[in-house]
Amino acid sequence: MMLEVRDLTVYYDNIRALKGVSFSVEEGEIMTLIGANGAGKTTTLITLSGLKKAQSGSIRFLGKEITKTTPQSRVALGISQSPEGRRVFPGLTVLENLEMGAYLRKDDFAPDMEKVFRYFPRLRERKKQSAGTLSGGEQQMLAMGRALMSRPKLMLLDEPSMGLSPLLVAEIFEIIRRLNESGTTILLVEQNAALALKLCHRAAVMETGRIVLAGTGEELSRSPAVQKAYLGG
Amino acid sequence: MLFLSQCINGLQLGSIYALVALGYSMVYGIIRLLNFAHGDVIMIGAYIALLTIGAGLHPALAVGITILGCVLISVLIEKVAYRPLRSAPRISLLITAIGVSLLLQNLVQLFFTADSRAYPSTAIIPARAIQLGGLSLSLSTVVTILVSVGAMLGLHLLIQKTRMGKAMRAVSEDTGAAQLMGIDINRVISITFAIGSALAGVGSVLYCCRYSVANPTMGSLLGLKAFVAAVLGGIGSIPGAVVGGFAIGFAEVLVTALGFSAWTDAVVFAVLIVVLLVKPTGLLGRGVAEKV
Ligand SMILES: Nc1ncnc2c1ncn2[C@@H]1O[C@H](COP(=O)(O)OP(=O)(O)O)[C@@H](O)[C@H]1O
Ligand SMILES: [Mg+2]
Repeated sequence: MMLEVRDLTVYYDNIRALKGVSFSVEEGEIMTLIGANGAGKTTTLITLSGLKKAQSGSIRFLGKEITKTTPQSRVALGISQSPEGRRVFPGLTVLENLEMGAYLRKDDFAPDMEKVFRYFPRLRERKKQSAGTLSGGEQQMLAMGRALMSRPKLMLLDEPSMGLSPLLVAEIFEIIRRLNESGTTILLVEQNAALALKLCHRAAVMETGRIVLAGTGEELSRSPAVQKAYLGG
Repeated sequence: MLFLSQCINGLQLGSIYALVALGYSMVYGIIRLLNFAHGDVIMIGAYIALLTIGAGLHPALAVGITILGCVLISVLIEKVAYRPLRSAPRISLLITAIGVSLLLQNLVQLFFTADSRAYPSTAIIPARAIQLGGLSLSLSTVVTILVSVGAMLGLHLLIQKTRMGKAMRAVSEDTGAAQLMGIDINRVISITFAIGSALAGVGSVLYCCRYSVANPTMGSLLGLKAFVAAVLGGIGSIPGAVVGGFAIGFAEVLVTALGFSAWTDAVVFAVLIVVLLVKPTGLLGRGVAEKV
């Protein structure tokens, strides 16, 4: 098991956003979390990368207990996140954003930058531009490219399709599939449940801070409850 | 000629304000704090220089110790007073900064009394005139302008080109996203305080060499003026701090040259009020990007 989350409880002041969340991600798979707005998907991901501290519960990554470690030590271990809303550094150029993604790397990361540009050719054309001038789709590509620069073993993707045209969404999902095929394990959070369930190996459904259903993508697609709540019928 | 020598005078004063304003803006940029203790760090620098020169140290060594002292005290203030309040409401941080400022002033008063002391300007920069064309400039003016411009260019290169400089910009734009990159924000914030106060240390020496006196409250007025400069340029903006610093320096010299020297401080604060009313983001400031 690459990632094991047990009974995670997380608070914002006195609001309990996660009420004992448990799931796991296996090496090599795409696991996806779906669920309505406010279910706790983003909270789950930022707790995994250490921006948010867990009140109780445990996170194990590659056999190591990381629940109380710093965000930078988790990046060093191989967890990398493309956050909700992209959060590229708007005043930094595309190249500088990618460099920041490689912040902890001591070795030469030029080949990784080349790899990012092969996945996202449009970033190469814009590499000297400041990230704030990019379109939403390009910023999403940059956020993912930036997350790749640390050579993650596990990539956390928070709503990569948000606000993008269907054509761009298809493009981004195709790249997620290719990333996974080339060996990166992926934990994907999506509102676009139909696409996410088709792409993933396994999935879980979150509702108000809990995981209420889990199974393979196919099983969940066929579940009447999921169809009714998330697949429009 | 008179006009030209006044311009150079403005350049000298402006470059000191710019050095100090940079510290304000860098710290604001990275933790959204108006660090009201910044001016007092400059005052501490003045007393370190007084003591070290008084103890007979070589002036270059004394200046080095002054700068180092300013760096250490700022980094310590950040660690002890500001860091524990990182996630507290912004107003608590601001009040803490004012408290630290008062603490430093009173500590120095306790040990050195409230009296003004003569600052050993000529031991640091000898009183010598330099002829430039038909212009006679004091060595201290020339040194001030050259050192300040050099320090600003150095800062520019550091922020634009180095890995740490880029990390500083990243943290100031989005602290959370910077953490996701593996950037240790505590380290980056410490280094930002260190750089800002190294500039303040340089500014301290240059300012005291201009006015030749030091007292425990000298940091308040200098700090406030540099703060106005930073706001005028756009708080958080590095080029803004430089532009604002020179603008305030020139304004003061102009008001004095016109015969209203008693009004210089009033004019500086009038500038603050006008900026806050007309363009609160300052000349080069970005829109107010609230942090999440
Ligand atoms: N910064 C915050 N402060 C207070 N409450 C928050 C904050 N962020 C999220 N929440 C609350 O936590 C719950 C989970 O939110 P979130 O993890 O963002 O859900 P999702 O990503 O599934 O839409 C929601 O009830 C939301 O209102
Ligand atoms: Mg979310």
